[in-house]
Amino acid sequence: MYLTNEQEAILNGENGPVEERLFRLLVRLGDIYGAEKMIPVGSVQVAGVSFKSIKLPGTEFLEDMAGKGAKVKVLTYLNPAGMDIEDWKEYGFPEEFATNQMRIMDAFRAMGIVVTATCTPYLAGNLPRFREHIAWSESSAVSFSNSVIGARTNREGGPSALAAAICGVTPDYGLHRDENRTPDVVIDIETDLDFSSDFGALGYHVGKLIKNKKPYFKGIRNANTDQLKALGAAMAASGAVALYHAEELTPEAHLMDTSGLETISVSGSDIQETYDKLNTGEEPDIVIFGCPHASLREIASVAEKVEGKTLTKPVWIATSRVMKEAAERMGYREIIEAAGGKIVADTCCVVSPIEDMGYNTTGVNSGKAANYLPGFCKQNVVFTNIDDLIAKQE
Amino acid sequence: MDGRSISPGSAEGEAIVSPEPIGFYGGIDLDTGVVIEKGHPLEGQSVTGKVLVFPNGKGSTVGSYVIYGLAKNGVGPVAIVNKETETIVATGAILAGIPCVDKIDIDQINSGDNLRIDADAGTVEVL
Repeated sequence: MYLTNEQEAILNGENGPVEERLFRLLVRLGDIYGAEKMIPVGSVQVAGVSFKSIKLPGTEFLEDMAGKGAKVKVLTYLNPAGMDIEDWKEYGFPEEFATNQMRIMDAFRAMGIVVTATCTPYLAGNLPRFREHIAWSESSAVSFSNSVIGARTNREGGPSALAAAICGVTPDYGLHRDENRTPDVVIDIETDLDFSSDFGALGYHVGKLIKNKKPYFKGIRNANTDQLKALGAAMAASGAVALYHAEELTPEAHLMDTSGLETISVSGSDIQETYDKLNTGEEPDIVIFGCPHASLREIASVAEKVEGKTLTKPVWIATSRVMKEAAERMGYREIIEAAGGKIVADTCCVVSPIEDMGYNTTGVNSGKAANYLPGFCKQNVVFTNIDDLIAKQE
Repeated sequence: MDGRSISPGSAEGEAIVSPEPIGFYGGIDLDTGVVIEKGHPLEGQSVTGKVLVFPNGKGSTVGSYVIYGLAKNGVGPVAIVNKETETIVATGAILAGIPCVDKIDIDQINSGDNLRIDADAGTVEVL
């Protein structure tokens, strides 16, 4: 790989031991995957934030880097943490967990990272432009930025994203290059998709079928960014899809040649079978919306549906701090809390320790959450649309 | 067998072979080294001290930290052999200092085989 004189100097330790170690990691990855040079990144999103995920070894790794004075060079955001950073006590998160979680947040803050913990950084102030090179790691954020925005990132591991933030560059391979962004398979949608959960079911089904290929969707009549977020998140969870194109909906679709590609059709019964397969429970102990983190429009929709009702079982909406504050200003938080629900910021159902908080069955409208909850949180899952879920908690 | 060097170093050990991909986050407990993913072919088995052989990684990008954590806790594999190593596993192995080689025809390796890994040269030898 070609390195500039300045980059050679980093390898010789001129910018200190932390940058040397992390730059070595990037050079190694570049050599393995055939990069010819490093490219500057416009922003970074770092995964591996919840104490539940990285535990003590990861915490000490981050504290060690922060202690040695490591600082990020570009705008860097975090993935969700294991709890609401401000209101954790009120929501019943365990004290010992909170203490460890705050050690992690302190280490990130010391490195100059914005401690807004969200899987939707593009809704919270970290918005890349079309064709901008970035290094993001949370799988749904990677999918959204590549597919819906048309920015360029590989699926970074937590530490390789952190290395890109501290060095300001990433090796030029994979989805950073035009030739690797072309579709491998056409997915022809022969059914109407209404709810976000329908997009989640579609994503789960397709991700299972095509694993890490790049799909080109035809026949999706319309979809807003919330629904595209749900689609990409589920495909990234059940498979490892980091980029998709959708005719008339995503910015690179019209540049792509689909002639000669294999076509897979998806019918209404494929979607129904996916719902059936993912449903492993019947009555949710808790319903959690916001996987990926809810947009303001999604919070408003829940507020509208619960207004004046009394929820007898918990309903949470997971979102970013930015959206929670906007929801508060618009009165949505008051409406949701009056009904008995909660808006939980900075965390999500997958990385928070809900299995230790007395819940066994969780209701979700997210294909991604339905994929992860049984393994990560030992939950039975009720996977259906927002209307059914609210009705179940009344 | 000749492959590609992912993370340098050398090791010898008993193979534990997974025919299925491994997602480390939610797949292996970083305190014990035991595979915890429900329905995984290796569920309930420990990877500690073994040469962990699997086709490729899958799932969460937090997996790199799990590999690093396994090594820090002293319950990690002594080496990793893949068909195709993706970034998540590569990053974890490099940070953890676990020798790792890919582009290996893993169908020729069985659980219980004794393997010698030279990850600098990118070779795997069944002893």
